[in-house]
Amino acid sequence: MNGSISASRRAVLSAGAAGALSALIARAAEAAAPAAADAKLYPTAAFGAKTEVAALKLLFGKAPKASSKIDLGVPEIAENGAVVPVTMASGLPNVTAMALLSLENPYTLACAYRLAPGTLAHMSSRLKLAKTTKVVAVVESNGALYRTSRMVKVTLGGCG
Amino acid sequence: MANPILVRAQTAHGVTTVACLVKHPMDSGFVKKAGKLIPPHYIEVIEFTHNGKTVLTGFWGPAVSRNPFFSFAFKGGKKGDTVGIAWVDNKGERAAVSAKIA
Amino acid sequence: MRRWLLLLLALAAPVAAAAAPNPAADRAAFQGWFRHLFPQLPLAKYVDGPYNFSASERAQWQQIMELPPYGFAVDHGKALFDARFPDGAGYASCFPHGGIGIAQDYPQFDPKTGRVVTLPIAINRCRVAHGLPKLKLTTGDLADIDAYMVRTSRGHKIDVVVPDTKPALAAYEAGKEYFYSRRGQLNFSCASCHLQYPGHRVRGDTLAPALGITASFPIYRSKWGNMGTLVRRFIGCNKNIRSAPDKPDSLAYRDLEYFLTAMSNGLPIAGPGARP
Repeated sequence: MNGSISASRRAVLSAGAAGALSALIARAAEAAAPAAADAKLYPTAAFGAKTEVAALKLLFGKAPKASSKIDLGVPEIAENGAVVPVTMASGLPNVTAMALLSLENPYTLACAYRLAPGTLAHMSSRLKLAKTTKVVAVVESNGALYRTSRMVKVTLGGCG
Repeated sequence: MANPILVRAQTAHGVTTVACLVKHPMDSGFVKKAGKLIPPHYIEVIEFTHNGKTVLTGFWGPAVSRNPFFSFAFKGGKKGDTVGIAWVDNKGERAAVSAKIA
Repeated sequence: MRRWLLLLLALAAPVAAAAAPNPAADRAAFQGWFRHLFPQLPLAKYVDGPYNFSASERAQWQQIMELPPYGFAVDHGKALFDARFPDGAGYASCFPHGGIGIAQDYPQFDPKTGRVVTLPIAINRCRVAHGLPKLKLTTGDLADIDAYMVRTSRGHKIDVVVPDTKPALAAYEAGKEYFYSRRGQLNFSCASCHLQYPGHRVRGDTLAPALGITASFPIYRSKWGNMGTLVRRFIGCNKNIRSAPDKPDSLAYRDLEYFLTAMSNGLPIAGPGARP
């Protein structure tokens, strides 16, 4: 494709360990399967991690720094813990990957994305939150990892 | 279609916004029904393409909500271009759809 | 509390004075009560239910509504609605205007059977008339057909007619009686929550006002993960207050839906809806 692959390859080299998201994507691009999702790409180990540190290590092979340049949009109180709207956006340059983590869920990593060049660092999704929790947004920019977090209160509904 | 995907792709000011709603139970494996755990069943990989070229690859865990909504945006894309979405879940089931940018 | 008493008097007064049911006077008092509670809230906004009272909940709802979760149900409902019955007819043949844009006229009172007919019940009647079995009234295919028919009626003003006949007025009165009667171990009436405390919280949930509450049905409830008709919600409400629910096609629920919807005449159909 273009520059994204080489960027990913560099990330793989620096990450070293197998299972890094960057490595998986590099393979995706090389396989060039048109419009078909490839199950082999799935970072199974990262999705089985029970802490933020372990999940990020498995996914990116590195640890994040705090950043004020990530907008994490979550409700203060979730209307329904099963469907919590979450938006994340970042003004950081050259964003190649993003991820959302929920620290109190049984498995910490909720979702991760690999962005092609030209794809904006702005996405919106819905997560299940098992209980009141810190939600963490992680952004990979110019090969470095950044994070921000916010609390979401999950309460019980009264209307059955 | 057993596993429909609703897609809305619109372009404005050189940016195409893609929103989709995917029909899928996204069972986490932690929920009981009649005393028995419902086994995990969730989308693992979802691929978004523009005119056949990957723009975004998503990796989802069981914490993504049932019948997931997802939206994102990419630079470029013209009216009439094709946006493709394809997913595969942990049981190997698949679905794909393509839509024209409006 | 004094306001509450005033409303009770207002609702009771015409009945006591004239000793005859007067839906128009009831509606004026009913809508007047909510205007009194929330003077700033335009009448048409009541169809947004709980989302009038919390900016955060409204924002979450608006995000959900970007691509509403009932989309699949509406598409599926349309496919079912458009399909032919074995005898060659279809749902369209059972309704005025081919069933499009008519949800605001339901429930109706059927003088032949002396019963209230809600839109879901009318859909089942259509099936029976064409030799098909009835569908479940609470969820599933029928709720999806309902969702499609309601979607084609969005924005139409609710226009429930209570004919000035003894049986129709009796059904209306029975629905009103149900709405205001306390029941269950918690000793709540529908009015206890949805008339007395709209906008207040019950644990994590915000109570919707009774006015306009029917306009968004059927709803996709995130908790359910699929569609449900108004009757499904009635059953849920009854269970919440530890009261034995009535049968989905019971006269009690038909009459309640009749009264409750008639109180919202003039408000726009907003369904299908999405709720937590």
